[in-house]
Amino acid sequence: MTTAVAQTLDVKGLACPLPIVKTAQAVKPMESGEVIEVLATDPGAVPDFNAWCRTTGNRLVEQTEEGGVFRFLVQKR
Amino acid sequence: MEAPATEERSEHVPHKKLVIIAWSGDLDKVWPQMILATTGAAMGMETTVFFTFWGLFSLVKDDKRITGDNWMQKMVAMMDRPGMEHLKLGKMNFAGAGPAMMRHLAKDHEVASPGELLQMAVDLGVKLVPCQMTMDLLGLDREDMIDGLGEPVGATTMLTEAQDAITLFI
Repeated sequence: MTTAVAQTLDVKGLACPLPIVKTAQAVKPMESGEVIEVLATDPGAVPDFNAWCRTTGNRLVEQTEEGGVFRFLVQKR
Repeated sequence: MEAPATEERSEHVPHKKLVIIAWSGDLDKVWPQMILATTGAAMGMETTVFFTFWGLFSLVKDDKRITGDNWMQKMVAMMDRPGMEHLKLGKMNFAGAGPAMMRHLAKDHEVASPGELLQMAVDLGVKLVPCQMTMDLLGLDREDMIDGLGEPVGATTMLTEAQDAITLFI
C-alpha cells in the first residue's frame, strides 16, 4: 500500500531540535488526515519522532532508513 | 529498518504546559533554554519563558552597547555586553574565543544558533516574558529590547502560570 504524501520536508543535516520544530511548523497548516514525508539524517530524530507522535497524537505511519537517511511518514491528527 | 507504526492512538498524551525560568545569560545555558522552548511549542505544549536576572540580557538588541540609567547599571552592561550575539560561555570562555569556537562548531553541525531559535520560538507562539523587577534593577527599557516580547510581569504571575506546568529553571 502506498500512502499519498501531501508534502515532503527535507531536514537532512539539521540537528536537534530542528527536525521536530520544522516538522511541527510544516504540519500546522495541513488538513487532518494528510500525510507529510520527512527526510532526516539526525539519528536522534528516530526516538524523537516516535516521542513527538505519541505526545501530539499524530500518527507515525511508516519509518524507514536507507543509506543513512531516515524517512518518516506522519499523518496529521 | 522496519518500525512499529504507532497505530494505537490511546497512547496520546494530553498537552501540557511548559514554563522555563531563564535565569542565566551564559551561551551554554541560553542554548538549552531556546532548544527546550522551541521543542515544547513544537510538541503542542503551551510554552512560556520568563526571563529574569542575567537571562534578560539575551533579549537586549544586539546593536545596543550600553544599557542602564545610572553609572552602576551602565557598568554592568559594560562588563557583560548584552545581546544574543554577545553571550559568554559559562566555562572555557577564554575572552570570547570559546564562544566563537562553539558557534563555529554549531554551524558545522547545523545546530541552530540561540538567536535563530529565539526567532523560531516567536514564530511558534512561545510567550517570552521579561521580569519587571530585573528590568528596573538593570535599567532596561522596552526600547532596549527585541520585538515580540510579552508585557513584563512579576514572580506571582509566573508562579500562577507554573501551577499546572512542567517548570524548568535554567
